[in-house]
Amino acid sequence: MLEIRDLHASVAGNEILRGITLSVDAGTVHAVMGPNGSGKSTLAQVLAGHPAYEVTGGTVMYNGEDLLAMAPEVRAQAGIFLAFQYPVEIPGVSNAYFLRAAYNELRRARGEEEIDPLRFADLMDEKMKLVEMDNSMLTRSVNTGFSGGEKKRNEILQMAVLEPKLAILDETDSGLDIDALRIVANGVNTLKKPANATIVVTHYQRLLNYIVPDFVHVLAGGRIVRSGGKDLALELEARGYDWLLEEAVA
Amino acid sequence: MIEPYLRSFEAFSANGGAAAPAWTRSLRLAAITRFETLGFPTTHNEDWHFTSVAPIVESTFSPLTHESGSVTAAQLTPFAFAEADWRTLVFVNGRYNASLSGGGELPDGVRVLPLAQAYDELPILLEAYMGKVASFDAHTFTALNTAFINDGAVVHVQQDIELARPIHLFFVSDAASAKRTAQPRNLIVIDRHAKATIVESYVGIGDSAYLTNAVTEAVVGEGATLTHLKLQQESASAYHVGTLDVRQARGSHLYSFSFATGGALSRTNIYTELRGEGGGATLNGLYLGNGAQLIDHQTRIEHVEPNCYSRELYKGILDGAAHGVFNGKVFVHPAAQKTDGKQTNNTLLLSERAQIDTKPQLEIFADDVKCTHGATVGRLDETALFYMKSRGINARTARELLTYAFAADVLETIDLDEVRHGLEAATLRRYTERT
Ligand SMILES: Nc1ncnc2c1ncn2[C@@H]1O[C@H](COP(=O)(O)OP(=O)(O)OP(=O)(O)O)[C@@H](O)[C@H]1O
Ligand SMILES: [Mg+2]
Repeated sequence: MLEIRDLHASVAGNEILRGITLSVDAGTVHAVMGPNGSGKSTLAQVLAGHPAYEVTGGTVMYNGEDLLAMAPEVRAQAGIFLAFQYPVEIPGVSNAYFLRAAYNELRRARGEEEIDPLRFADLMDEKMKLVEMDNSMLTRSVNTGFSGGEKKRNEILQMAVLEPKLAILDETDSGLDIDALRIVANGVNTLKKPANATIVVTHYQRLLNYIVPDFVHVLAGGRIVRSGGKDLALELEARGYDWLLEEAVA
Repeated sequence: MIEPYLRSFEAFSANGGAAAPAWTRSLRLAAITRFETLGFPTTHNEDWHFTSVAPIVESTFSPLTHESGSVTAAQLTPFAFAEADWRTLVFVNGRYNASLSGGGELPDGVRVLPLAQAYDELPILLEAYMGKVASFDAHTFTALNTAFINDGAVVHVQQDIELARPIHLFFVSDAASAKRTAQPRNLIVIDRHAKATIVESYVGIGDSAYLTNAVTEAVVGEGATLTHLKLQQESASAYHVGTLDVRQARGSHLYSFSFATGGALSRTNIYTELRGEGGGATLNGLYLGNGAQLIDHQTRIEHVEPNCYSRELYKGILDGAAHGVFNGKVFVHPAAQKTDGKQTNNTLLLSERAQIDTKPQLEIFADDVKCTHGATVGRLDETALFYMKSRGINARTARELLTYAFAADVLETIDLDEVRHGLEAATLRRYTERT
């Protein structure tokens, strides 16, 4: 589904990603871990098409197409969704309006008609239940004045409504209490289908108890320094990253 | 050029204005004398530094003192708010129009009258307040307006009455106003513990170059609340100078909103004086400019007594070569301890040629106060744009939505549903249906 080859990217002239190669097949869950500043969010943002990050080398193919040549909205319309590490506040645009606009754009991109507002309300009811969010959140401006946990839950709500093929979750678990963590995991697992894939960026093994990864990758200094199965996450939890970094240098 | 106005004044005094009571005539005389001394402001005048009134000075506008124009109710519909139950006074080219006016019943103790009728029915109220709040000492346009006091609206809400529905003062100019000036003069008196909402609309029908020079004086009694919504949608070639001058007693509240989109050149002055302890004022506004428009706001809040608050949020969206001006004055007098003031002015520039001059002006003579101000001028938030695009929203829709949202943020503060919804819809249309 996603083929990343020797990807290099820089921001403000500094090279952050230094040759990432990663292949994600449909039906799989990949966890990306690694120390602060290692480039995890940069990788996620590059995949979503953030204009501040300049790709300086390598290729990314998504379902056989050149992902890097697509505008961010086209990527989203093609089924890519990034849950932001720091969700953005948009004062003045209500959550409901925002979600409906996004939902309709995705439908239009598929050549479908706009959804009937009443049917959309039903859909929202269902999805709000899934993420256990209060209806009052819909009339509030997108993320504006939301608590850290509410913002993360709102990202999952968007994901649940937009039903992406490839979801990239950038530390969606950070700052969540244990109930919220369960809700987020539940949202992700509901979406899990043989045709979809998920990349989970996290610092904590505990999320991986709920969202069981098929592969775990460790990113350090802009490179993947180790890949393994779900046991690698347990080992990292127990031993930290230092031993890996030393091995990588050695 | 002030001479034509002086000559018009002679004619007006002898003719149209002669019917007014003696105190009005002496007030007008004092005002024309002051106008003659002051002359029109130049950009050397600190209050007009960014706004040249040369276009107004160069094309003489003769005062509209008699009935003119032919406006139909249907022509007002686009500027109305389905307000069947709002008491509405309509003025066409500066003169009261009885057949277009009407609407909702008023409770006992509330009077809404055109000035001529108020001279007869509310003589004591008028003499007590008219010309006492809006000083023309330093204000040429207020002096000119006062010299030609002739028509306008008078609103009186007696003690303890809370008006459920708003009152609409509707000033319309049509083709017959070309090259002429209407100078409405309004008085609003809200007695102690009373509550009222007044909507003041200034609209142009068709496109002619006229000058509206309006003054509204308001007196808000102890513990009373005035909500004042000014909607300026004059013709594209028109000039508009509008002043709201408020005096607030102890524990009273003012919420003022100024929406300005019309006119080639417009200047809105919103002034209030907090003359008693407690209470405060919220002054919000939204200006939307395009083409070569100049939209100027000047606000002035006088904190005279302690323990009052003031809140100001003015936002603007400027496109084309539009020019915005915001000058927010806050004066904290020596006695006004514990003043709590906050002023914000944010402008969104949609084009390279659009510009804004923003000037906060805080003068604080008390030591125990909290006063802040901030101004931002910018373009659309790139992070928010990317966030929207990352959800599949196309670039153009994202820009439009963000532009609208910038405005909606301040429109949200309008409590009156009909006006808030109306302005939101108009703003949404304006920024999402451009080709
Ligand atoms: N817009 C930017 N401008 C300058 N430097 C940036 C920018 N974005 C990222 N960086 C730098 O790139 C490096 C990698 O950042 P990134 O956010 O990808 O790390 P991360 O692995 O997600 O870290 P964390 O675990 O703390 O979220 C950091 O050194 C960061 O300071
Ligand atoms: Mg990160």
